[in-house]
Amino acid sequence: MTKEESKNGSDDMLIDGPKQGNVIPDGFNPNYLKVYYGRLFPHADIFKWMSYGNDGRHPACDKSYFGRREFSFTLDNDIYLRFQSFNSESELENSIKEKCPSKIDIGPVYSVDPAKRHAYAQGGDNVFAPVERELIFDIDITDYDDVRYCCSGADVCLECWPLMTVAIKVIDTALRDDFGFDHILWVYSGRRGVHCWVCDGKARRLTNEQRGAIADYFRVYKGNENSNKKVSFPGPLHPFLVRSYTEVLREFFEEKLLLSQNLFSTEERYEKILSMIPDESVTSELRGKWQENRRSSNSKEDINFFRWEQLKNTLQSGKQKVQGLRRCVEEIVFAFTYPRLDMEVSKHRNHLLKAPFCVHPKTGRVCIPIDPKDCEELDPTTVPTLSELLRELNTGDSRMDVDNATLTLPMFFLVAEWEKTSLGKSIRFFRSSFLQPLLKSCKEEMESGYKAKIQQTKNSLSW
Amino acid sequence: MEIVRSQRSRTNTPNDSVSTLPLYRYAPQLEVRLEDFEVFAMDRLRVLKGISDALARGKRPEEMENLVRDLWKANMRHPEASEDVNKDIISHFVLRLVYCRTEDLRKWFLSMETALYRYRFLLGSSEAKRALMEEFDLPCKAISRTEFENAKEKLEQVARSFDQPLPTADAIFYKVPFEEVPELVAGRRVYIHKGHAYVAMHQVVSLVVTQFRSNLSKALILTNRKWTSTIREQEKDRLTPIVEALSMSYLGPDYSQTKEFGEISIKDLDQLARSSFPLCMRHLFDKLREDHHLKHGGRMQLGLFLKGVGLRMEDALAFWKAEFSHKVGAERFDKEYAYSIRHNYGKEGKRTDYTPYSCQKIISSTPGVGDHHGCPYRHFSEENLRAALGRMGVGSRAMEDVVDKVRNRHYQLACTLTFEAVHSSSCDAGINHPNQYFSDSHKILQPKVEIVI
Repeated sequence: MTKEESKNGSDDMLIDGPKQGNVIPDGFNPNYLKVYYGRLFPHADIFKWMSYGNDGRHPACDKSYFGRREFSFTLDNDIYLRFQSFNSESELENSIKEKCPSKIDIGPVYSVDPAKRHAYAQGGDNVFAPVERELIFDIDITDYDDVRYCCSGADVCLECWPLMTVAIKVIDTALRDDFGFDHILWVYSGRRGVHCWVCDGKARRLTNEQRGAIADYFRVYKGNENSNKKVSFPGPLHPFLVRSYTEVLREFFEEKLLLSQNLFSTEERYEKILSMIPDESVTSELRGKWQENRRSSNSKEDINFFRWEQLKNTLQSGKQKVQGLRRCVEEIVFAFTYPRLDMEVSKHRNHLLKAPFCVHPKTGRVCIPIDPKDCEELDPTTVPTLSELLRELNTGDSRMDVDNATLTLPMFFLVAEWEKTSLGKSIRFFRSSFLQPLLKSCKEEMESGYKAKIQQTKNSLSW
Repeated sequence: MEIVRSQRSRTNTPNDSVSTLPLYRYAPQLEVRLEDFEVFAMDRLRVLKGISDALARGKRPEEMENLVRDLWKANMRHPEASEDVNKDIISHFVLRLVYCRTEDLRKWFLSMETALYRYRFLLGSSEAKRALMEEFDLPCKAISRTEFENAKEKLEQVARSFDQPLPTADAIFYKVPFEEVPELVAGRRVYIHKGHAYVAMHQVVSLVVTQFRSNLSKALILTNRKWTSTIREQEKDRLTPIVEALSMSYLGPDYSQTKEFGEISIKDLDQLARSSFPLCMRHLFDKLREDHHLKHGGRMQLGLFLKGVGLRMEDALAFWKAEFSHKVGAERFDKEYAYSIRHNYGKEGKRTDYTPYSCQKIISSTPGVGDHHGCPYRHFSEENLRAALGRMGVGSRAMEDVVDKVRNRHYQLACTLTFEAVHSSSCDAGINHPNQYFSDSHKILQPKVEIVI
C-alpha cells in the first residue's frame, strides 16, 4: 500500500473501490468471519436442510423438529458451546452472526429440546436421547500416513489427494447401490479430508448398532504399527470388494499411485510391500532381483511399474503351491488404496460433525460440497478461501457461470451476494443436487405417512 | 404366573411332543411352587453362567453349540419329561425379574439369553426352524426364481468368501431390509442390493436372534417398571428376598469401586507397570512414556485401569499432564485433555463413574491407525507379541504355550499363562479383567503384614 492509499483507506476494508487492488491479506481472522456470516454463509439453506420438510406448511409437520437439533459453536477463544438449539431460521442466523463461531458442529435431533435436557432423567428410561441423526462418515488423509510418501500430517498435495477421491467413489457407490441410499452429501473438510452425510429418513433413524454394522461392512484395514499385515483376505472377495477393486482400486493403484508415490523406488519402500507377502521364498526371490536391478538403467518412471509386474508374475506363478498367496496382490492394492474410515464417528448417534460451508480456521478454506460423480475435479489447493471470497465481494466481479449472459445493472443488484463469488457454484450445486431432491422426498414421505394415518383412523372407525 | 407355597404344581398346558423353542411372549398361566421358583432359576442360571464363561474364553461357534446342548441337558431336564417346557418358561420369567433391575444386569441377561436362544435355534431341526420363523414377525420374503437368477453370481461370490457350499438351484433365500440383520452386514456375510440383504437359510438365525433380542430388551424395561412399582413391595416377604439373592450369585467384581483409593502414587507407577500390569496396560503405559501421547482409545483403556488400580484423580491429572506436556504443552493439556480425565472419574457431564474395561470389552475393540489399545494377544502380530512377552520376562517354553493359545484364539488363557510365567505361580480363576490381573499380582508380590489379635 502506498502512502496515498493508506491515507485514503480507513479500517473498513470494504470501502476499497473495484479499481484499486484488493488489500485483504490472506489468513483467517474474526473480522473476515463476521463478513462471511453476514453476507455469504447460506443460513437459509442450512435451515431448510435441517428442517427436513418440517416447515409448518403441511399438517403432518413436526413443529418441534428443528428446535430439537443440537448445534455446537467453537468461539474464537476456544470456548466451546454445546447443546445450542434454535426454534427458527432467524434464531439460528442471528446467533451465528452474533457469536461468530470459528467452527459450527451439527449434532443429532434429540427427543426433547437440548436446552431443556436437565429437566429430563438421564438414566433408566433415558428420556433425553438422540432420536434422529444423519449417517455420517469422516475420512482423514492423516490415517494414510503409512502409505503416502509425499506428505505427512496435516499436509496435502495433488499427489496424495486422489486417495480421498478414490475413497469417495468406493463409499458413494456402495451407499447407493448396496444400501439403497439416495440423499448423500460429500463435503471437503477444509484441510485434509472429506465428510459424508447420508440424509435419507431411513439413515437418520438407524440405531447405533446398525451404524456400527455399516461401518464394519466398510472396514477392511485392520490394525496399526503393531501388526504386520493390515489387510487380509482369507477367502475370495465379497461382491462389494470385487466391485471396488475392479471398478476403482486396481486401476488407481496401477496407473496412478504406483508412480506418484514411487512405491518401489527405494529399498525401504519396497521392503514395506514385501512385508505384506507371507512367503519367504517369494520375497527373497524378488528382493534378489531388485537388489541387482539397481545396476540396470531403468528410468525412474518405469521402475515402479516394472517391479509391480514382476511381483504379480512371481505371486501368480506360485499360485498352486501356497494358499496364503492367492489374494496377495489384492491385499497389497487394498492396503494402499481402500478407504480408511473413522469408525467411531459413524457408530455413535451423538457424535458431532462440522457443518458444511464452515471455514477451516487453519487454512481459511471453505468446506464446500463435492460432487461424487465429478470428484476428481476437486483440487484442495484451489478451494476458495475466506480472504479470496471477500476480495471477490469487494471487487464486485460477477463470477457467475452464466453462459453467454451479460449482466445488466439492475439485475446485478437482485443477485444474491454469494452469486458474485466462487462460492456461488458450490451453493448452487448444494441446492440442485442435494437439497431440492431431499426436500421433495421428505414432502412425499410426509404426505404418504399422513395419508396412511388418516386411512388408519378411518378404518378403526368402521364397524 | 401364580406362585404358590408348598403345593403340588399343576399345569394346564397341552402335552407338547415337538420340542419347539418357546417365544417367551407371555408369562404362563401356571401355578409354581416356591421351591421350584428358586431351583428352576438357579438351574437356568448355571446354563447362562456356563455360556458367559465360554464366550469370555473365546470359544468358537461349533464349540458353543455343543456346550449349550450339554449344559441344557445337564441342568434343564425335569424328572417328568412333559414338564421340560414349563421349566424352560418359568425359569426364564423368574430370571427376568432377577435381572431387570439395573442396566448392567439387563445387559448381561440380554446377552446370555440371546446367545442361548441362538444356539438352541441352531440345534433345532429344519422343520423347527421354519416353524419358528413363521411365529416371529419377520419382514422377510423368500425371493423368486428370477431374482435368484439375477443375483446368482453375487450370491456365489458371498458363499465362496466364507468357504460355504454354493447355493443350489432350489436354495431358499430371504430378502430382508439390511437393518434387520446388522451382524450379517457387519461381517459382509450377505449380498446387499438397494437396501435389501439376501439371507441364506442357514443365516436365518441372525434374523430370529435380532428379533428375540429386541423383544426381550423391551420386555425387561417393562418388567423393571412393574417390579419397582408393585411387585417388589407386594412380594416383600416372599419373592423379593429370593430375587435379590439370585442376582448376587453371579457377576464378578467390576472394580468400579476401589476400596484402596489413594494407595497407589505416581512414583510407584513405573515399577508397578513392570511388575504387575497385564501386557495390554503395560504396552499402553510404555507407549505413553515413549511418545508422551496416546489416542483416545488408549487414554480410556489405560486411564480407567489406573483408576481401578487406585490412582486418585488429582494424581491422575498430574501424571497425564506430566507426560502430555512434553508433546502438546501444559496449557493445551488443561484445555483439551484434563476434562476427559475428570469425566472418567465422574466429575463432569452426566457424572457417570465409568467402569474399567473388562477383557471381553478390550478384546472386542478395534484399534486402528496410531492406536495402541486393545488386547495384544489378539491385535499384535506373532512377532511383536513374542518381543513384548520377552520384555516381560516370559521364558521360551512358556512363550510357546502362550503363542499356541493365541493361535487358537484363546486370548485370555494366553494372558493367564503369561501371568503364571511372570509370577511363577498358578492362576486358577483365569484372567477376566486387567484389574484382576493387577490385584492378583499385587497380592502375590506385596509382603503381607499379619496382625494377630
